Amino acid sequence: MKTQKSIFSIALLLVALTAVSGCGKKKTATLPPANETAPTENGGVPTAQLTATPTVISAGDQVQLRWATTNATSISIDGIGDVPSVGVKTVTPSESTTYHLVARGGSLTADASASVTVNSPPAISVPSRSMSAEEEFNARVQPIFFDYDTYDIRGDAQAILAKNADYLNAHPEIKIAIGGYCDERGSDEYNLVLGQNRAEAAKTALVTAGIATDRIRVISYGKEKPFCSDSTEECWQLNRRDGFTIDR
Amino acid sequence: MKATFWIFSRQWPLFLVSLAYISAPQISAQDWVHTGTNLGNERIRLAAADFKSVGNDPGTAPLKAVFDSTLYNDLTSAGIFDMVSKSLAPQAMPGSPQEFVADQWSAAPASAAMVAFGALSATNGRLAVYGWLTDARNAGSAPVLAKQYNEAASQEMARTVAHRFADEIIYRLGGAINGIAETKIYFVSNRTGSKEIWVMDYDGANQHAVTHLGSISISPRISPDNSRIAFASLGGDGWAIRMFSQDLNRLVSFPGGSAGGSNQSPAWSPDGLQIAFSSARGGHPDIWISDVSGSSAHSISSFGSDVSPVWNPRTGNQLAFVSGRTGEPQIYMMDKDGANVQRMTDGGYAISPSWAPNGGLLAYCWNRKYGPGDPGGQDVYIMDIASKNWLQATHEAGNNDFPSWSPDGRHLVFQRQIGHRTQIWTMLADGTGQQQLTFSGDNSMPNWSWK
Repeated sequence: MKTQKSIFSIALLLVALTAVSGCGKKKTATLPPANETAPTENGGVPTAQLTATPTVISAGDQVQLRWATTNATSISIDGIGDVPSVGVKTVTPSESTTYHLVARGGSLTADASASVTVNSPPAISVPSRSMSAEEEFNARVQPIFFDYDTYDIRGDAQAILAKNADYLNAHPEIKIAIGGYCDERGSDEYNLVLGQNRAEAAKTALVTAGIATDRIRVISYGKEKPFCSDSTEECWQLNRRDGFTIDR
Repeated sequence: MKATFWIFSRQWPLFLVSLAYISAPQISAQDWVHTGTNLGNERIRLAAADFKSVGNDPGTAPLKAVFDSTLYNDLTSAGIFDMVSKSLAPQAMPGSPQEFVADQWSAAPASAAMVAFGALSATNGRLAVYGWLTDARNAGSAPVLAKQYNEAASQEMARTVAHRFADEIIYRLGGAINGIAETKIYFVSNRTGSKEIWVMDYDGANQHAVTHLGSISISPRISPDNSRIAFASLGGDGWAIRMFSQDLNRLVSFPGGSAGGSNQSPAWSPDGLQIAFSSARGGHPDIWISDVSGSSAHSISSFGSDVSPVWNPRTGNQLAFVSGRTGEPQIYMMDKDGANVQRMTDGGYAISPSWAPNGGLLAYCWNRKYGPGDPGGQDVYIMDIASKNWLQATHEAGNNDFPSWSPDGRHLVFQRQIGHRTQIWTMLADGTGQQQLTFSGDNSMPNWSWK
């Protein structure tokens, strides 16, 4: 036992000595500033992606546009106007349309387009149909997106939340559910916490904007119901979101 | 319990020296968690003879095949033996101590110190097994162990009897620590199209679904007495802690587990009387504790972003958990009344603690370089709680998560994601002997039974 004790002391000393070099790593994680996407390898050159789903519809059907850009300070889609760096929008083109996105970063630009073919409506269909309450909600109340591993409301999300709040203030009969979503990285359990915090953050902002708290239910989906499943920054960004739905 | 602790106290000096060395950046060796017998520095050289088939019943051969392979696999997986490979072992199948010729086994190339052997018969629907363990280097000595089993003849019972005989050998030669051959692993699988709770034997056999809820069910945690499974499930009102009774084979009420629609990651206290879990019913995700009936729920943390609690299985007085209170998630510990909170990890992305049965070690997963644009690798680490020194158990193989200790403290089960597929693996606690247990669908969040 005596020998063991002396070895024990030496061991403790070794631990103490090496702790400085080996275990002294302090928390150095830094988070990206708000409204900025994660750094990419290609320096400051803007990139842009745009997809439309589905690409063939009948007149009156909805199309979901998804886009993601990097290193861009100004992004616009022809016919829609200025848009956030990453987003999803539901459109209802009445004729075949090519959506064209331009992302500008300084003097550099990147383009992306997506075409939708609209088949002619049957001859007997009613020409103009008013949107259902749900379609209008989905068109007017937009999702918000988050930076990596945070639930801070970004600048672009504040603008969207303000519009969402306007719509909800104008439609006091609507109750909503806010779903918090995360990207695929990290633990299932911790991502449920992160999704909860993201949904609560949007609820807090809407309540501050005058929406009654009992009109809002929050639920975390963590990484259980991803919007897309690619292991790319673009897909991760689409999955780091709060979605808004009518709660019945 | 005393023996479990003794394993580490006896090896403490070596253990700490190894830890010190491993802390140096350039060293990547990891053979430091002692999984041996403590009967010497060398693992016991053990041979398992194929059992002798007795009688002419045609049902004997398939049961013998199951028995022989299960016994050999159990003894190999135990991690405390230097097993004589079947190709080096003598062809002899001694069916009794009288037929056992020690020299055959102790001589090279088998060079066995101990030999397990015996006889097996399946007649008239009954499986009879006689098993012995003998010291091959002391010819003529009495067997160390003599066991007999008589069960209904089935493949399942042949496996079970092999598990029981293996556990007897492991207990006898492994420092009086119970073997794990009859333990179970609970997990999540999506093979039916939705995430359900599943169970399998510790070696991956007998995989089958426990729940059929058609929703998303995750985070299974088996009670210390194996009677109930607590888990989290998504329903119409959000996430609730639910309880499945293994005795009744159905869900049973857990009324305290649904408030707020944000309840998840349950954990059993070692006395089986309380459940800790994460709930945002108070506005943000904190650690709550209720009694096992679901009543008397109270929060023991209040910073938000707290999840994945696990009790100290030795004392029941402390919990380790994950918190994102300072940014990215870290491992923390606190008393069960919420006092004495201390942070255990110093950065990166640290999640999924599992507390070793001896109370002294935490296994957890850590991505030490987690950050934007750096998906990095997420590996299983083991920390000595007293010193906060840690060692890495998995290296450069996928993204690893949800380690769970075996009841003997010698093994870990964990999930490993490679590409888009996630499967369940086991390994010895020093990172060696890695074995994949699941192959169909995606399988995750394994939880090893307490006994």
